Amino acid sequence: MPEAPAATLQEQRPRPESLSDLFFSFTFLALQGFGGVLAVVQRELVEKKRWMTREEFVEDWAVAQILPGPNVINLCLMIGDRYFGFRGAMVGLAGMLTFPLLVVLGLALVYAHFADNPHVAGALRGMGAVAAGLITATGLKLCSALKRHPLGVPMCIVLGVASFVGIALLRWPLAYVLLGVGGLACVLTYNKMVKAAA
Amino acid sequence: MSITLTAADWLSLFVHYLTLSLLSVGGAITAAPDMHRYLVERQGWLTDPQFSASIAIAQAAPGPNVLFVGLLGWNVGLNAGGLPLAAMGLVISMLGIMIPSSTLTYLATRWGHENRDLRAVRAFKQGMAPIVIALLIATGWILATGSNYTLSHWPQWLIAIVTALIVWRTRIHLLWLLGAGALIGWMGWV
Repeated sequence: MPEAPAATLQEQRPRPESLSDLFFSFTFLALQGFGGVLAVVQRELVEKKRWMTREEFVEDWAVAQILPGPNVINLCLMIGDRYFGFRGAMVGLAGMLTFPLLVVLGLALVYAHFADNPHVAGALRGMGAVAAGLITATGLKLCSALKRHPLGVPMCIVLGVASFVGIALLRWPLAYVLLGVGGLACVLTYNKMVKAAA
Repeated sequence: MSITLTAADWLSLFVHYLTLSLLSVGGAITAAPDMHRYLVERQGWLTDPQFSASIAIAQAAPGPNVLFVGLLGWNVGLNAGGLPLAAMGLVISMLGIMIPSSTLTYLATRWGHENRDLRAVRAFKQGMAPIVIALLIATGWILATGSNYTLSHWPQWLIAIVTALIVWRTRIHLLWLLGAGALIGWMGWV
C-alpha cells in the first residue's frame, strides 16, 4: 500500500476545525494587519497554523494576485472554499471584513479630532515604514519556495529581478509586468515540464 | 458639504464600482485614481480632503486595504445626510467593488482546482511564483520610498530595512514592530 502513508499525512495536516474557527482565524489576522494583511496571513497560516506550505501559499497567492479584486480577499475566499466549499468562501470574506470595517468606521469618527496632531501623523509614518519592511520580509521568506522550481534558481532570479525593476524602479503598470514577464515565465515553465515528461 | 443623491445616483455609483471591480488587477487601491475622478471631479460627492483622509484612515487601520472603498461610500452618504445614508453608501460601495471580482475568483479557483493536474494549470501557478514574490519585495520598496527618493526620508528607509531583516530572520510578533514604529514616529524621529 504505497499510498497509505501519504493519505494519512493528508488527514493529519492541520486545517480549520469549523466555520467559526475559520471566521475568527481570519478576523484575528485581519485585525493584526496594519498596513496590509498579507504579511500576517503568511506568518499565521503558513508558519503558525501550518494550514498550507510555503509552496502552496505562493501558488495560491499567484492566482489571487492575477485575478482582479483585493488580493488578500481573493486569497481568503480561495482558502475558505477549499475547506468548506461555498459557505467557507463566504465565511472567509465575512471574517476578513466585518470587524475591520467596524474598526475603520470608529477610526474615521475620531480622526477629525487628531488629524492635525503632529505626533499622530508621525506615528502613522512610523507604522507605514514598518509595514513596508513587513511586506518586503514576506517576499524574502517566500524566496525559499523557489528552490525546487522547474526553471531552476538562476532563471527565477532573472525573472524576479526583471519584475522588481519593472514595478519598483520603472513604475510600469502591474498588468504589463504580469502579462509580459509573467507570461514569459509561464511559457518557459510549461516547456520545461513538457521536456521533463518526455 | 451637503449634497442630494437620487435613486439613479446611487444606482450609478453601484454600477460604476461593478465595472471598476473587474479592472482592479493588483488590488482595489489600483482603482483609486479612477474613484477620485468619479467621486470628486465628475460627481462632486466628496471633497478632495475627504477623499485623501478616507484612504489614509483605511491604510492606518488594521485589515484589508479594500476597506477604503467602504469608507468613501460612507462619507458620500454622510454628505447626503445622516448615518442611515452613510450605511447605505458603505454597503453599496463594498458590494459593488466585491461582487464581480469575488465571483470571478470563486469560479476561476474552482476550475483551476478541478483541472489542477493539467500541465497548463501547473505551469501557470509555478511559472508566476518568481514574479509574485518579486512583486511583494517591490511593494515594500514602493511603500518605503513613496513617489520620490528624497534623501531626507532616510529614517523611514532605515526602519523599513531593519524591520525586513528582523522579520526575515526572527519570529518576533509583528505587533511589537508596529508598536515600535508608531513610538518612533510619535517621538518625531521619522
